[in-house]
Amino acid sequence: MGLLKLFWSLNWGARLGYVIVIFFAICALFAPWIAPYGQSQIVGDVWEPLFGEFVFGTDQIGRDMLSMLIYGARNMIGLALLTTGCAFGLGALLGFLAATMRGWVDQVLSRFVDMIISIPTLIFALIVLSATGTAIPWLITVIAITYAMPVFRIARAVAMDIEVMDYVEAARLRGEGLWWIMREEILPNAMTPLAAEFGLRFCFVFLLISGLSFLGLGLQPPLADWGAMVRGNADGIAWGYLHPLVPAACIALLTIGINLVVDTAVQKASGLRDDQ
Amino acid sequence: MLLKRLVLGILTLVAISLLITLGVEALSGDVCTAMMGQMASAAKVAACHSQLNLNLPMHERYLTWLWNFMQGDLGNALTNHRSIASLIGNRIGNTFFLAGLAALVAVPLALTLGVIAALYRNSFFDRAISIVTLSGISVPDFFIAYILMAIFAVWLGVLPAISNLDQSMDLWDRIYISALPVLTLTVAVSAHMMRMTRAAIVSLLASPYIEMAKLKGIRPSRIIIKHALPNALSPIIQVVMLNLAWLVVGVVIVEVVFVYPGLGALMIDAVFLRDMPVVQATAMVFASVYVILNLLADILSMLSNPRLRHRN
Amino acid sequence: MSDYDIKKLQKRVTNGGLDRREFIKAASAMGLAAVAPALYSQAAHATPKRGGTYRVGLGGANTGDKYDPADNGDTFMTNINQGAARNNLVEIGPSGEWMPELAESVEASPDAKTWVVKLRQGIEFHSGKTLDADDVIASIEHHRGEKSVSDAKSVAESMGKIRKDGKNTVIFELDGGNADFPYLLSDYHILIGSADKSGKVDWESADGTGAYVLKSFEPGVRAHLIRNPNYFKEGRGNFDEVKVTAINDAAARMNAMVTGQVDAIARCDLKTASMLEKKPGVSVLQTSGTKHYTYPMDMRQGPFDNKHVRMALKLGIDREAFVKTVLRGYGTVGNDHPIASSQNYHASELPQRQYDIEKAKWHLKQAGLSNLDIEIAASDAAFGGAVDATQLYAEQVRPAGINIKVNRVSADGYWNNVWMKVPWSASYWSGRPTADMMFTIGYKAGGNWTESHWNNPRFEQLLIQGRAELDEAKRSEIYVEMQTIVNQDGGSVIPCFANNVDAASDKLGRSAKLAGNRELDGGRSIERWWFT
Repeated sequence: MGLLKLFWSLNWGARLGYVIVIFFAICALFAPWIAPYGQSQIVGDVWEPLFGEFVFGTDQIGRDMLSMLIYGARNMIGLALLTTGCAFGLGALLGFLAATMRGWVDQVLSRFVDMIISIPTLIFALIVLSATGTAIPWLITVIAITYAMPVFRIARAVAMDIEVMDYVEAARLRGEGLWWIMREEILPNAMTPLAAEFGLRFCFVFLLISGLSFLGLGLQPPLADWGAMVRGNADGIAWGYLHPLVPAACIALLTIGINLVVDTAVQKASGLRDDQ
Repeated sequence: MLLKRLVLGILTLVAISLLITLGVEALSGDVCTAMMGQMASAAKVAACHSQLNLNLPMHERYLTWLWNFMQGDLGNALTNHRSIASLIGNRIGNTFFLAGLAALVAVPLALTLGVIAALYRNSFFDRAISIVTLSGISVPDFFIAYILMAIFAVWLGVLPAISNLDQSMDLWDRIYISALPVLTLTVAVSAHMMRMTRAAIVSLLASPYIEMAKLKGIRPSRIIIKHALPNALSPIIQVVMLNLAWLVVGVVIVEVVFVYPGLGALMIDAVFLRDMPVVQATAMVFASVYVILNLLADILSMLSNPRLRHRN
Repeated sequence: MSDYDIKKLQKRVTNGGLDRREFIKAASAMGLAAVAPALYSQAAHATPKRGGTYRVGLGGANTGDKYDPADNGDTFMTNINQGAARNNLVEIGPSGEWMPELAESVEASPDAKTWVVKLRQGIEFHSGKTLDADDVIASIEHHRGEKSVSDAKSVAESMGKIRKDGKNTVIFELDGGNADFPYLLSDYHILIGSADKSGKVDWESADGTGAYVLKSFEPGVRAHLIRNPNYFKEGRGNFDEVKVTAINDAAARMNAMVTGQVDAIARCDLKTASMLEKKPGVSVLQTSGTKHYTYPMDMRQGPFDNKHVRMALKLGIDREAFVKTVLRGYGTVGNDHPIASSQNYHASELPQRQYDIEKAKWHLKQAGLSNLDIEIAASDAAFGGAVDATQLYAEQVRPAGINIKVNRVSADGYWNNVWMKVPWSASYWSGRPTADMMFTIGYKAGGNWTESHWNNPRFEQLLIQGRAELDEAKRSEIYVEMQTIVNQDGGSVIPCFANNVDAASDKLGRSAKLAGNRELDGGRSIERWWFT
């Protein structure tokens, strides 16, 4: 009851965001019960039309697109949340640390990040994943490390600005510890830009995984993955096959949903109440 | 301070070259087995090793490369023995040309949209820009490329489907032939910069000095542009820098799809072929771009914040 | 209306889709029986015209490409090198038969052990040097010996002792008889370059005898060629200029064709080729060649050492569906041996293996198993769409109680680290022009590329026998038996033969029958075609 009331108190953008996110979450949780077919089952001909016998048609080898999308939600959302979470934990922590400690800590961390980030992502992933194999834990580690680097740059830049503010100076003079300053002063004030970054990085994970499948390094079949579904069907677009638009739209919709939710959360965190 | 950063930058480059060497060496196989592929046999691989001096230990090969590199000698490709300087010469120009054009379109566009979105936050307009740019960014770059190709080249027939730039073209032809890759890249990078601009400005709107300005009755647009934007610059600069770097380093797939002769495709090919000197040369170009952009971003951030300026 | 239909029929003749008999039958049905033969020859014998700039988009290009044919393998370089700038001693014709190219004649001794090649006289390289026996010997020696890194090392080494007899004759003395020897000389690596005084060929100079002179070349990007005014063949080398663009992405290649940025492309994207067929002004060209996909099992280890397991896996693949889905119909079903139906000595009497789950189950039971869990490695490096194709296979065989786990591996280093290293993987063969060459390279016991690691004594015996046999009937018998052995006992599932599928603008003229040995008219569209 209380939740519903809270929901109606939100503006329409936020409500839309929550609806989208909850919708995909349900798909992910109950995939085996919702999906009409298995994720690898061949059910028909190649590229059966949309809205015919199969709601979203069939893919390039005749699997049901709808079922793949539903299972894909399960495989991808968990993976994306976990990797983005790790990337942010790591990137933000190190970024704040570099900004507050300055000196050699900052130099070492920054130059290390420079090093990793200037290697093209696909090549970095290729090198590391060839050594470790493409088991899911390694996939998560590699993507988390890759994405922690830009997060570090942004977190550090934001924190640098905040760190010279009077109230942080005051806290220092009061003798507050490093950890306290990071947690109580810097984090809340850096929340908005970081949250915006989070919303986008979340969808970048989908894109990166599909980019990896370009090199044969992404999720192992038969696990359905939205990015690979776009890739597998993409060549049809110039010829009027609209199939690849469906998984692409799913990625877009989920990204929009997550970002709308994040926007609301940010609004709250920044204490801004001037809804115009 | 600047000098210190430059020295550190050069050290970073050396560290990257070492890291790349170790990484590519750790990949299985070498240029000989990679070139022969299905047709490799032990005797042929041995003959190939001795031809290319691959029998030397890794550190010797690396140090020789480093020594030559410092003297400005990039060496020859192991695969086709062409001079690497000539191999990458044109491609560097092409890569910067494409990145530059895309930046010229995307950066002003994204920043303007970001400021407008912050100004009219939570309005229909704000949501609409958000949704459009987010949709653009959620689509893999190769798919944006295919869609744009389908619309502008196949259906409308106004732009060329492939962008095989060559040196004999004049500037206008180059811009025309690169139009689709530039559009693709613009779609791919704008959302990120726009979202960050909006967020960075919004995060400041609750600050006391903005409240003060509001109480003084200053117009909202003036508050944002004169008061909020200058203080929100650091994260915006960082995101712009990251995207500029991506435009140079990360466009492999766009290059492949549009047949654009840039550095990214060269580096991927070279990694696949384990052609170490070529990998090194391209890695050094990419790393220098990154180090320089980064240095610029840090300097600009510092200039934008008077407190930071004073402290150093 | 009938005028329009007959034009369409004629176009199909020109594209190589209809032969004389079929054309006359179809034209008679339209009431044109009297003039049908004339209409046929009008379409079939279009005469080449000179001029124009031919723009062709090719895949398979790499920034590491070079002129040296020892390293050529994929479409981009073979079309430029073999198809335009240089020549072989022997050329493969449209029906897969060999005919002399730089050679004037190629003749064998009765035991097929000594072969005498007489060169055409007065042929000049682009540099102006006249072709002689020394050039031929230097060009072949380039691939042989301890220091050779050539992809054609084993082919060149099987050519035995080579010596010259005067300026224009080269004599090959083989170790054992080989009735198919001329085909070896048509290999796309065995091109003839001009030798310098030390007896070496400077391949990087790109100096050849071919119809076109290479003007500029950027590896992995483009090549620009201009006509060689002194070319020795009549009616060949018709374009003034040729611009070859590297387009590795299949969808981009299709779009370049549709928008008219190129006049022809090799290797259509099969998924959308049927749509391209409907475009006016563009023809999709299909030739059936020797290209085939395989799933080789390592027969030295379990469970693949058991004949029944192999048989169950062969019966568990639905070949019709495989051709329809993976090749989009642009191909034919395979019968678990590597000889294509278009080739000489194809075992047409051998029953086609069908998709039969019950039989597969029975074989599995004979092997003492009720179900089977196995893993197969696949990557799109093996063949385009291999990961999808293998998943399809896994789904087809599942009802037989066989669970195939498809392990997608990186395309990077596939041929070095995965193929023939893991027990079961996906693989690809462009095929060889003769049964002997195919069996020797891919099936001979202990061979470097014998992908199933098999060793069948009877097969080995027949291989030697067949090679030296000059009697056609006996030879045919031998090769049919070999195909039967591979079909029954061999370690490779061979589901299909893939056609070459290319596209060309209707402004291009070409002969009635296209060569199917490689893409784009045997990889020689640059030399053979013209603008009408």
